[in-house]
Amino acid sequence: MSDALLPPRFIEMERWAATWCLATEPQRWALRLNSSMAEMQAFYDAFFPRAEDAIAHCEQFPLDDMPADAERLLQLLYSLLMVSYAVEVWKQPEVINSGSARIDRILEPRP
Amino acid sequence: MARFAKPAEGTWTEHYPELGTGLVSFADSISPEFFRLEREAIFKRTWLNVGRVEQLSRAGSFFTKALPGLGASVIVLRDTEACVRAFHNVCRHRGNKLLWEGTPRDETRGNARQFVCKYHGWRYGLDGACTYVHQEKEFFDLRKDDLRLAPIHCDTWAGFIFVNLAAEPLQPLREYLGAMVGALEDYPFHEMTERYSFRAENNSNWKVFSDAFQEYYHVPPLHTHQLGPTPEAQNPEYEFEGAHYQLDGPHRMVSTSGTHKHNWPAEHLYPAEALTRSGSTGPWDAPDLGATLPGVNPSGIPRWGIDNFQVFPNLEILIYERRWFVTYRYWPTSHNTHVFEGDLYFVPARNARERLAREYAALTFKEYGLQDCGTLDGTQMGLEQGAFDDFPLNDQEILVRHFHKTVGEWVAAYAARSSERAEEPTR
Repeated sequence: MSDALLPPRFIEMERWAATWCLATEPQRWALRLNSSMAEMQAFYDAFFPRAEDAIAHCEQFPLDDMPADAERLLQLLYSLLMVSYAVEVWKQPEVINSGSARIDRILEPRP
Repeated sequence: MARFAKPAEGTWTEHYPELGTGLVSFADSISPEFFRLEREAIFKRTWLNVGRVEQLSRAGSFFTKALPGLGASVIVLRDTEACVRAFHNVCRHRGNKLLWEGTPRDETRGNARQFVCKYHGWRYGLDGACTYVHQEKEFFDLRKDDLRLAPIHCDTWAGFIFVNLAAEPLQPLREYLGAMVGALEDYPFHEMTERYSFRAENNSNWKVFSDAFQEYYHVPPLHTHQLGPTPEAQNPEYEFEGAHYQLDGPHRMVSTSGTHKHNWPAEHLYPAEALTRSGSTGPWDAPDLGATLPGVNPSGIPRWGIDNFQVFPNLEILIYERRWFVTYRYWPTSHNTHVFEGDLYFVPARNARERLAREYAALTFKEYGLQDCGTLDGTQMGLEQGAFDDFPLNDQEILVRHFHKTVGEWVAAYAARSSERAEEPTR
């Protein structure tokens, strides 16, 4: 019995899955703010080239009936987008010029 | 150089001569006394949006909604006649907050045939009538048939649920909304039921925050990154321009020319934008809801991007060219704090690819919204410092000018009515 979290085709992403497969935006947001740019850049560099493949894998299934490994892959894609703002736009974990402000996401569709 | 024609008067501001073109005071945004007047004059007398009818899917569906700063929680429900009604969320017996989940500070939602008070077990039907009093015979002269939850005026328009805390509203909802907002009546809001909700507690007057979202003049300097990763994309003269402004009573709107990123070359896009085909203007692949949508882009500007309707006092409806919409609500909690609620509504995603496009749009909303929240903290501090009494506003800031003028007029009218009442001889 394998204890892989992700679909077999994405085995090279297993090392990121335990950390970045998170179900909600508040969890992903908190992790981004508590991660170093080096960690996020490494995750981004490893996963972005596979992202289109991962989307193609996830979109085979109905959203309300996804296999657990595909749902975790979707969560990993959500984290990639979360990290992309730090990597592509701000070059730091925090939003530039956001001061002490916070905005909480209190409702979102699942998964 | 403006890319869009201005009215015959030469400017939008002069098209509405009652606005004037002089300096504008923001004393209304730094005064505890004005905050108290505003609450009485405006928030306890106007129609306030508390949600959408899709939150009440069937008979007995309900949600409770705190009205921050007004010291009120309301129960909003759909009764057995499919009518949407609202009541104060307070038990008739000893005034306990009737419905909550977790702690009494929290709100709740669900489906019920009746509501039971946690304290002494009194029960109420969906019409607000008391249906059960625990140990009724212990009371004195209690007429259960007369016991009810306190009703609140409630009406719906285009699926938006509004309440009005006045004993008698000054106008019915539709009359209050007027022709300009009313023209959106048949817009397919009801198709856009996939919701992302956000909440923030901001250190600024509610109007200071609202002001940021009724002009696009601030976008190139503050949100430089939003335009794209390259100097060409970040050209401050490029894209995003208020093309049409309109006022109607206390309400106002602006249409912008679009940032149609779905037509941009890849080198001016962030990689995640290209991956998700989404961004600040929403998912690029718009759902098919028909070629023309009623009520939007009233002046027919080419390359239309966003309609931004400011519904007085505290609701903003942003309608995007890519067939999604956003609402903002601002609830003043003191002269220099407010609660901000933002809701993004999409046609439901059919698969993970569409869900990811919505997720990226929702992320983008928060990233740039945080820049607004962070900056407005500083605006409030600057205004309270009192270095200046009044401020210049340009033609793109016409809605800011109209907003503060309207607030001032409502407060003045309320103060005048109050002083008339005070001068009436006692009988």
